[in-house]
Amino acid sequence: MQEPVVADTKTSNRELLDFVFAWPAWFFAVGGALNGLLVAAFVVVILMLMFGLQFLGYSHPVYWGFLIVNFVFWIGVSHAGIMVSAILRLTQAEWRRPVTRAAEVLTIFSLLTAVQFPLIHSGRPWRTMYWTFPYDWNRGAWPNPRSPLVWDPSAIFTYLTSTILFVYVALLPDLALARDRAPNPVSRAIYGVLAMGFRGTTRQWRIQTVAGLLLSAIILPIFVSVHSIVSWDFAVTSVPGWHNTIFAPYFVIGAVHSGVSAVVTVMIVMRYAFGLKRFITRDHIDSLARLLIVVATVWLFFFLLDFFFGLYGTEPAEVDTWQRRLVEPPWVIIAITFIICAYIIPVPMWMFRAIRRNFFWMFVTTILVNVGMWLERYMVVVPALERKSGLTFTYGDYAPSLSEFILVAASFALVILGFLTFSKLLPIMPAADIKEGQILADRIRVGRANVPAAMRE
Amino acid sequence: MTSSANEAAARASAVSEMGRTIPTDAEVPHSEGVRWGMVVDLDRCTGCQACVVACQAENNIALNEEQRVLERRAKTWIRIERYWEGEFPNAKARFIPVLCQHCGNAPCETVCPVWATYHNREGLNVQVYNRCIGTRFCANGCPYSVRYFNFWNPEWPEPMNNQLNPDVTVRTKGIIEKCTFCVQRINRVQVTAKTEGREVGLDEVQPACAQSCPTSALVFADLNNPESYPAKLAEAEADRNFTLLEHFGTDPGVVYLKKVDPHAVLEEDDHGVPAEAHA
Repeated sequence: MQEPVVADTKTSNRELLDFVFAWPAWFFAVGGALNGLLVAAFVVVILMLMFGLQFLGYSHPVYWGFLIVNFVFWIGVSHAGIMVSAILRLTQAEWRRPVTRAAEVLTIFSLLTAVQFPLIHSGRPWRTMYWTFPYDWNRGAWPNPRSPLVWDPSAIFTYLTSTILFVYVALLPDLALARDRAPNPVSRAIYGVLAMGFRGTTRQWRIQTVAGLLLSAIILPIFVSVHSIVSWDFAVTSVPGWHNTIFAPYFVIGAVHSGVSAVVTVMIVMRYAFGLKRFITRDHIDSLARLLIVVATVWLFFFLLDFFFGLYGTEPAEVDTWQRRLVEPPWVIIAITFIICAYIIPVPMWMFRAIRRNFFWMFVTTILVNVGMWLERYMVVVPALERKSGLTFTYGDYAPSLSEFILVAASFALVILGFLTFSKLLPIMPAADIKEGQILADRIRVGRANVPAAMRE
Repeated sequence: MTSSANEAAARASAVSEMGRTIPTDAEVPHSEGVRWGMVVDLDRCTGCQACVVACQAENNIALNEEQRVLERRAKTWIRIERYWEGEFPNAKARFIPVLCQHCGNAPCETVCPVWATYHNREGLNVQVYNRCIGTRFCANGCPYSVRYFNFWNPEWPEPMNNQLNPDVTVRTKGIIEKCTFCVQRINRVQVTAKTEGREVGLDEVQPACAQSCPTSALVFADLNNPESYPAKLAEAEADRNFTLLEHFGTDPGVVYLKKVDPHAVLEEDDHGVPAEAHA
């Protein structure tokens, strides 16, 4: 799909940088509300540090719950950025241009939010270094390389580092633009330092382009590995219902499903909040929705495989877990809700062009997908821990407490706040990339023919 | 000793010379040396819970008030599980003491990121409280659910704090604890034997539960020593010994002996043949 010409360079510059230099009232209102939620969560975390984890809904033997579910969920959402950005960049899909930065920033902030959760849910978070950093400190004991909890930090921090690099490289020309357009000397100086002397020479452009492409290619294996490793947190244990070889691809595709949906939601919000009607168009949403139809269907296939593998094994404890997930209340309600939200409602709707091109319906369906995907993680993690088979005295139930609801709500606040702050300080739309698209899209007359002004090298 | 076991032992000693004392379970061959274990004779168990009380007192386990039990956060390193066998009116109450099985191939050990739980050279599944950071991954991994989490700092009202066992750590909030096979008693016996320049006696080590059991349903010793009473018992009663959740392949250090019941309610299979007749 070739990008149509939407604005000349001057208009692009003004509209894309508008929000960076403006201070609308709603920014303070929304920011304040989100901060309030964060303060509530902060109080909960302080209480947890001081008095132990008694405020959470854990009991014997269900020792993981909402917080781990939320961790998996945000790791999942973080897969959007790279899926959309790196893959579309490598395949030179022209419509990607306005989408990429938002998706990458969503990746960064959802990753940063996700990593909070395994930390605050551990019993002694002040000892985090002992398992996230591969060093023996004063203990004479290195982290245990057999534990997936040691693989997790290495995968996640690699992903986080490379994503930040990826965003930064793409951001350089826009930082230079912001430097040149900054209204006061202070912000000009700050953007100047961040732009690292980018002046738009041919050599700088070449290096920037090559670095972006290389990072796209390098980041893809990391992207696959992160959620595979998160899935191994569950799959390598012997817990019936977790112990499943299909988990790695199942989690990765589920992550892409929820992540790309989140990107669509964010883009629709951005279109109205930041006044980007000219740049985020129905064509973009349409393309992402078509991508989502495929992803959602592959995800459903893996979900069914997970189910069938559980049944074909005829391991009694495994079958019990599936029975509890799909038949017994309250899990049956969650199971039905999640499959309806994540597949049965959205995908048939996306089949219709009119809905794919309708901002309201795309907003609703993509929110539904993420509600469904959150519940899906809940259904994967918790029922398996209730242990309602075998030894009778270990039958357990899990009921999330108010603290856990606050922490989950605060995680959404944190991601939104991070995103909002980023778009306030830095250009959230890749101005240089969009302008490049515009130039590629410009057509000139050569004799009688109407040809593109520039060809991709 | 096989050649690979030799290599493993050499590697283990080389590691310990470097000041590192953590063997992996691959380096501890269970056929060698001491393997502490227990034989639980279900035919003798009356479900009296003396072992539960003894364990509670010996190991400084926090008080299990009613509220704690109701919210399922009570800690019982050894618990007597009651289950019903048969259908009414022929239902029978059965008891099975469940404690840490000290698995030779433990699912909890592999998942701990900080080596807070590992297998020592004497077949014990050790919990190092100082290392524990409370991810609770081990408690999820344990198929027997015998690992308990400290949701708060334990408190003992006056004068109960005076009866705390000085040999046993009081566990802080945020860490996992579980049955240790009374490792403090094992150490005491070993140190005493060493200072007296002799071997540890055959059945000299007694964990609190085994010591308090009025019917001697719980017996404890080195399972690798063929002369020890539990080893003899397990062998003599080979037709009724089993391990808990055997299909997990955890190689437990606790061996159960099946209930002998002359009036057993025999389950019938589809062909009307009593299930026991197949055995």
